[in-house]
Amino acid sequence: MSGVIIAAIVVGAAGIGLGFFLAFMSKKFAVEVDEREEQVRELLPGNNCGACGYPGCDGAAVAMCKGEAPVTACPVGGPSVADQIAAILGGSAGATEKKVAFVKCAGDCDKAKDLYDYDGVKTCAIVSSVPGGGAKGCSYGCRGFGDCVEACDFDAIHIVNGIAVVDREKCVACEACVKACPKNLIEMIPYKRTAAVSCYSNDPAKDVMAVCKAGCIGCKICEKECPIPDGAIHVENNLAKVDYKKCVGCGKCAAKCPKKVIEMFAVKKK
Amino acid sequence: MSLLLLAISAALVNNVVLSQFLGLCPFLGVSKKINTSTGMSMAVIVVITAASAICGAIYQFILAPLGLTYLNTIVFILVIASLVQFIEMFLKKSNPALYESLGVFLPLITTNCAVLGVALTNVQKNYDILTATVNGFGTAIGFALAILLLASLRERMENNDIPESFKGMPHVLLTAGLMSIAFFGWAGVL
Repeated sequence: MSGVIIAAIVVGAAGIGLGFFLAFMSKKFAVEVDEREEQVRELLPGNNCGACGYPGCDGAAVAMCKGEAPVTACPVGGPSVADQIAAILGGSAGATEKKVAFVKCAGDCDKAKDLYDYDGVKTCAIVSSVPGGGAKGCSYGCRGFGDCVEACDFDAIHIVNGIAVVDREKCVACEACVKACPKNLIEMIPYKRTAAVSCYSNDPAKDVMAVCKAGCIGCKICEKECPIPDGAIHVENNLAKVDYKKCVGCGKCAAKCPKKVIEMFAVKKK
Repeated sequence: MSLLLLAISAALVNNVVLSQFLGLCPFLGVSKKINTSTGMSMAVIVVITAASAICGAIYQFILAPLGLTYLNTIVFILVIASLVQFIEMFLKKSNPALYESLGVFLPLITTNCAVLGVALTNVQKNYDILTATVNGFGTAIGFALAILLLASLRERMENNDIPESFKGMPHVLLTAGLMSIAFFGWAGVL
């Protein structure tokens, strides 16, 4: 019987002792937590996508409270969240431009040639490591196996007829697809009305035309059509590129493009 | 010299995961990415080394003299859990960067059976405190080695064309089994 009592005493004393020790230490090593962090964290979307450059929404909330990150750091939350955070932290959010992802390839199954039947592993990452980058004739274009679709938490990108297409209304600009694409085909463009070149091939016109009906041939017609002084679209390395800061979305370049590789995006009216 | 041999034998020959099957749940659960498994192994190294030393001291100065060795397990569980809590607080205050990088792995270690396993093995083999600490450190290094190797293998296999029926856990367990066979090769060394 005494054994039971001794055991109970020893274990009980150890438990109580350690409990007091931990309680004491937690006071001694207490870290002040900024209570605004919690409030900011509540406002953030909470999908921990990492597009802000911080490890998850918690990290972003801490950085915002310390003033290391702007209140507009969260591209997913956008201006509405930035405003609310600014209200908590003081100061104003300023205007942030809503962005969406854009896939710089229009070479779908009808327009881009396949050189052979590919029957290997069906992920873009693997296909890109195959010599020649898989079956598609154009080595720059979208592989169409949907690594970006897998990366998207918001159901905002889909493979349509062999290429990835962004759903501009669902896209929250978290840039998960940008990181997932082994071909670096996805870029962030403004949500406003703008022109965007849906081709990423730096090959000369002849090579582009041989493999794809929807490839930029670098003819510079768009450059000449652009009404903006200095031009908002320029051809470099056989590829037209839009300067989104300058583009006003007039659509003249898109209308005259012989290959129809310039897409015009309009803001959807609600 | 014998301490060095002990550490090497704990790390390689009697590898805690691959030949004693202790601490399997973090070994399989946190080995998806090299980053996270590095964090886990660092935390395990710190905790197992400290726990071996403290449990050794408690056994030698309190439990053994009072003839209460039958309370080993329950007292060690208490001590290890509080130790992990304490290390967490300590790091949070003194080294926030390290605390951030260890993150959720520290509290997870409370339930890592390798920690308790080492403490109890030390007692069973009647190691003194120094030997126990060295044994704990070697064991933790062995755990780190095993989990980092598995994480590297898993990262490489991620993009491979794994047959449907082997996707997910089955191929990880097979890999772990093959690693165990490879580590069996150390058996005759020491």
